[in-house]
Amino acid sequence: MSKVIIIDDEPLARSVVREYLQQHPGLEVVAECGDGFEGVKAIQQHEPDLILLDIQMPKITGFEMLELLDQPPAVIFATAFDEFAIKAFEAHAIDYLLKPFNQERFDKAIGKWAEQQAAIPAPEKNTQELLEAASLSPSQRQRIVVRNGSKIKIISVNDVWYLEAADDYVKIHTTEGYFLKNKTMAHFEQSLDPAIFVRSHRSYIVNVQHITRIDPYEKDNHVAVLRSGAKVPVSRSGYAKLKEVLGL
Amino acid sequence: MAQSPLSLIRFRIIFIVSWVIILADHVMLLHFFGLPWEAATADAVLSNILLLLACLLVMIVLRYYLPRGQQYINVFALCLLLTIAWLLLSKWLLGLLLGQYEGYKLLLHNSLSIRFSLAFLLLGFITMVSILWYSQLEQKEQEERKKDAEKLAREAELFKLRQQLQPHFLFNSLNSINALIGSRPQEARKMVQQLSDFLRGTIKKDETQWVNLKEELEYLQLYLDIEKVRFGNRLATAIDIEEITHNLKLPALLLQPIVENAIKFGLYDTIGETVIEITAVKEENHLLIKVKNPFDPETSSPKQGTGFGLNSVQRRLYLLFARNDLVTTEAKDNIFITIVRIPQA
Repeated sequence: MSKVIIIDDEPLARSVVREYLQQHPGLEVVAECGDGFEGVKAIQQHEPDLILLDIQMPKITGFEMLELLDQPPAVIFATAFDEFAIKAFEAHAIDYLLKPFNQERFDKAIGKWAEQQAAIPAPEKNTQELLEAASLSPSQRQRIVVRNGSKIKIISVNDVWYLEAADDYVKIHTTEGYFLKNKTMAHFEQSLDPAIFVRSHRSYIVNVQHITRIDPYEKDNHVAVLRSGAKVPVSRSGYAKLKEVLGL
Repeated sequence: MAQSPLSLIRFRIIFIVSWVIILADHVMLLHFFGLPWEAATADAVLSNILLLLACLLVMIVLRYYLPRGQQYINVFALCLLLTIAWLLLSKWLLGLLLGQYEGYKLLLHNSLSIRFSLAFLLLGFITMVSILWYSQLEQKEQEERKKDAEKLAREAELFKLRQQLQPHFLFNSLNSINALIGSRPQEARKMVQQLSDFLRGTIKKDETQWVNLKEELEYLQLYLDIEKVRFGNRLATAIDIEEITHNLKLPALLLQPIVENAIKFGLYDTIGETVIEITAVKEENHLLIKVKNPFDPETSSPKQGTGFGLNSVQRRLYLLFARNDLVTTEAKDNIFITIVRIPQA
């Protein structure tokens, strides 16, 4: 038996998926969730083989929920209409269903999943690629969602002072301390607004709205001083980028 | 086609009266110079009828051809040519007709320069009046066309704004119906009905641009019923409408986008049950409607609050009242309030 979780905020939307799943006796619904928070919990608890996921949901979107998972399972999206995401995940999702969809279309999506399941033993790879692609759409990054133990924290990008590379993680320094996110610096550099977030150094991205001054530091280098007093290293190429963004 | 100035009765009367006066003057003057009455009258009638024809010709030409910029010189040349033609023609005809009177030929010869000057003046005057008249008509027409075009554009925009529908809502409703068909076909049928009534309302033409609050609320109820099927127990509404506001007027379909915005904001920004409160009161000749939804001030980005829904409402009210201050929003603790004021005539 393969385990399935349905995550959608509309009860009727969940019930239609459950109904269609009855045609697939090899699949068992282990949980149904009405939002991304419940979704994260249920996924950690049940470790499903497949999730059926809506995008627009309370508090955090389906994309943001997937970002919180260390090992996201295979995903089939079921969404009504999404002007940005469809293109982004066309290439990477196992499938996406446009609501309303019928049994045949649903069976086809499940069929695709079964095929991939047989071919590639690690479907997470797909989901990771999908997330990278989806987060590139410009509307994505008004906020960053992080998991802090069992708590989920939504950080507005305005509250982010700077980001710092830390091994496999990125340390997000904010008004309320720092948070860790399992992402690359390149990911953030691409998905955050380049008019506000500047890669000032190989290991640092700084929010220019928090900079009060830039001081010289040793030879050829600079350091950006933030309003909070924090100091962020600025390399030579980073200094050029900062000057351009700040219009100096 | 532009109307000639003579199409107005008062202009026609002025025209005829002036002509009679000119005619009488002409007769008196010739008689004063010693011509017998009948000869003086014949001279006056003949030359003035010819001049009248020349004037009418100028008016007709200007009706179809209005000079612009450099072309005024053409009009001047036309007047000059017409006057010369008139002078030659009348001289020939008068000589032929009245030559037997004693001293007439000399009188005619001596008065040629005066005749020319007077005729040229008169023709010039008529030309000027005609040009003024026709340009003013043309300008008026242009203004009207512009006004018509503006009105059409405004109406089209208003219609579009009224009709705007979130595709999300439509597809998700269809998805809910799809789910109900399997499990509860009676409810599916009911929801199809509600959705149809709702959609029919959005495509209604503008004969019902203004409705009273009671009708608008009935329409809003259709929308709320659909949303409640979609979101189940998560969505609750509290509607509190003062009796006195029932008959106050507002633009049709104004409330739905505001409530839609509040529902989206409330449902997507909080977890658990969301109560949308709608209240209406009368305040100093204004209908005041408040829509409240819960939100989480910590996580909501400020952008979300004024979604597309409110922008379109603001634009509509601006087109109707030329005021930008009729939609306001405020956030108190974790309640977001949208306030709309609709001036009452």
